Amino acid sequence: MTEAPIVVVRDVAIGWSRDAVLLEHASFEVFPGEIFGILGQSASGKTTLLRVLIGLEEPLAGEILIAGSPRRGAFRPGSGVMFQQGALFGSMTVGQNIALALERWTDLPAAAIRTMVRAKLRLVGLEGIEDDWPSTLSGGMRKRAAIARAMALEPSLLFLDEPSSGLDPITSAEIDRLIKTLVRALGLTVVLVTHELGSIHTIVDRCIVLDRDTKRILASGSPQALRANPPHPRVQHFFERVPEAD
Amino acid sequence: MTEWQIVRRADRLELAGALRMTDATAIWRTLQRLTESPGPTLDLDLAAVTVVDGAIMSLIVEVRGSLVTRESRSEIIRVPERVLPIVRLYHGYAPPRPTGRLRRESPIARLGSSVEGTLQRTRGVVTFWGEIVEALGSIVRTPRSIGALSPLVTHAGTDGIPIVLFLNFLVGFVMAVQTAPQLELYGAAIYVADIVGVSVTRELAPLMTAIIISGRSGAAFAAELGTMRVSEEIDALRTMGLTPMTYLVIPRVVTLALVAPVLTLLGDVTGVLGGLVVGAYSLDLHPRGYLAELRTVLVPSDVWTGLVKSSAFGGAIAFIGCQQGLRTQGAASGVGRGTTVTVVYCLFTIVILDTVFTILFRGLAL
Repeated sequence: MTEAPIVVVRDVAIGWSRDAVLLEHASFEVFPGEIFGILGQSASGKTTLLRVLIGLEEPLAGEILIAGSPRRGAFRPGSGVMFQQGALFGSMTVGQNIALALERWTDLPAAAIRTMVRAKLRLVGLEGIEDDWPSTLSGGMRKRAAIARAMALEPSLLFLDEPSSGLDPITSAEIDRLIKTLVRALGLTVVLVTHELGSIHTIVDRCIVLDRDTKRILASGSPQALRANPPHPRVQHFFERVPEAD
Repeated sequence: MTEWQIVRRADRLELAGALRMTDATAIWRTLQRLTESPGPTLDLDLAAVTVVDGAIMSLIVEVRGSLVTRESRSEIIRVPERVLPIVRLYHGYAPPRPTGRLRRESPIARLGSSVEGTLQRTRGVVTFWGEIVEALGSIVRTPRSIGALSPLVTHAGTDGIPIVLFLNFLVGFVMAVQTAPQLELYGAAIYVADIVGVSVTRELAPLMTAIIISGRSGAAFAAELGTMRVSEEIDALRTMGLTPMTYLVIPRVVTLALVAPVLTLLGDVTGVLGGLVVGAYSLDLHPRGYLAELRTVLVPSDVWTGLVKSSAFGGAIAFIGCQQGLRTQGAASGVGRGTTVTVVYCLFTIVILDTVFTILFRGLAL
């Protein structure tokens, strides 16, 4: 990688308190244009690490830089976040969910915002549902709508929490394909947490594997390389359950 | 200095530079202005575009659709290699879709929708009543299918006693304070017992108690059943062979129909005591005199008509709370909406029922 990293994590510790650490001495970098996976068993701190990167929680120790600056707060115009269950606001239509950030952070006229909302929904394959309520959407549609909302402000960095979990294999593959398409066409950088081992080989360029027992990053690299040459028996065990990509 | 430029030539719009979301408002207005009179052909020329992001691409695609709607031919042309992926991603080469204005419903259509909605809600209420009657039949056949009553009695009844006592005491107190000066003027202070006694037992205690029950139990039933519905617990009950009617609704309706008169009776006592306090301390009435006057004026029908009303109020509150809870749709917001609607419907229904009972009792000379 020749470009400067967009996310830098240096010696970070995360957890509930000093006595309840989930992960420590974590260091890694994410480069522009890559899909970076945070992998690991349940309770290894994947989602907590993502929440710390987003700014929803503070690390117990260490430093996090986003686009060269220390991360401050949970809002950064250049970042978008998709939560595991979508977290669409149930009191708003899908269109209003996507328009919310545009109305808050731009002075665009309503017609332009409506145009952008329609375009975002079309982008994620949900054309024409801007007046629907989130409660009427299926799990896959909700995730797609959440991706559209995360992209409302044209972020360069997307954080995705379990984007394809809880979905049937076909829908899950569609979400994977969508993420890949968006990354390639828009030059986005994606940091995603997943335990859906089936999709790791399909979309993740590089990853780290967290370990619940040692509370460390057990390995880092491309999923293919880690599977071919696992640096630790637990990494081997982890990747042995991953089916090969097509 | 702007990094972008949009220029109108005869049959095309030339876009140049870096087209980013930060300039979206200005770009949108420029596009709108330059396409006001499009002519038979107006292509969008991207040859000099260095960067374009998704936000602006969506505007460009929209403008093309708008041109086609106005019967002008329009294509996105001379797209450089560097921005080709985003043009494709935003369907820039797809046949443009006309961007019609939002259709507004005519007043007649809106009236029709409103009537249809009202009829559907009425039908829902009638169906709900039918289901309750059906469930009562099934409870008679298999009494074990009814849900537990005792936790409900504790929550709706026992836990509500302090607030019912306190508020009814204050109602009796305020009633006496408001009427005392007028009665004193005519040397008829003792009649404060008559006014407080009759108004509290016939009207104020049942009403006040029902209002408290609406806020406490009606809203709680709607929220509880609404949450159960959105979290699929109602469906789970059904899969276990338990119907929500017999297991959830009937126990609540029965509980409130029984508990409300008991609470009202307690409210009667404290309401009268509130009047007694005012009589004793403000009108120099002896408590025995107040109570003796009360005995002469109050007849059993004053109390039991209040209790009958109260039972009906309780049943109606439970009915509304459960009905709104079970028809909850959506997630957390649906539960909130159901709870709010429940309290409003309960208050409305209580006043309507009160009016009906008052006319009925008057007709029966009770």
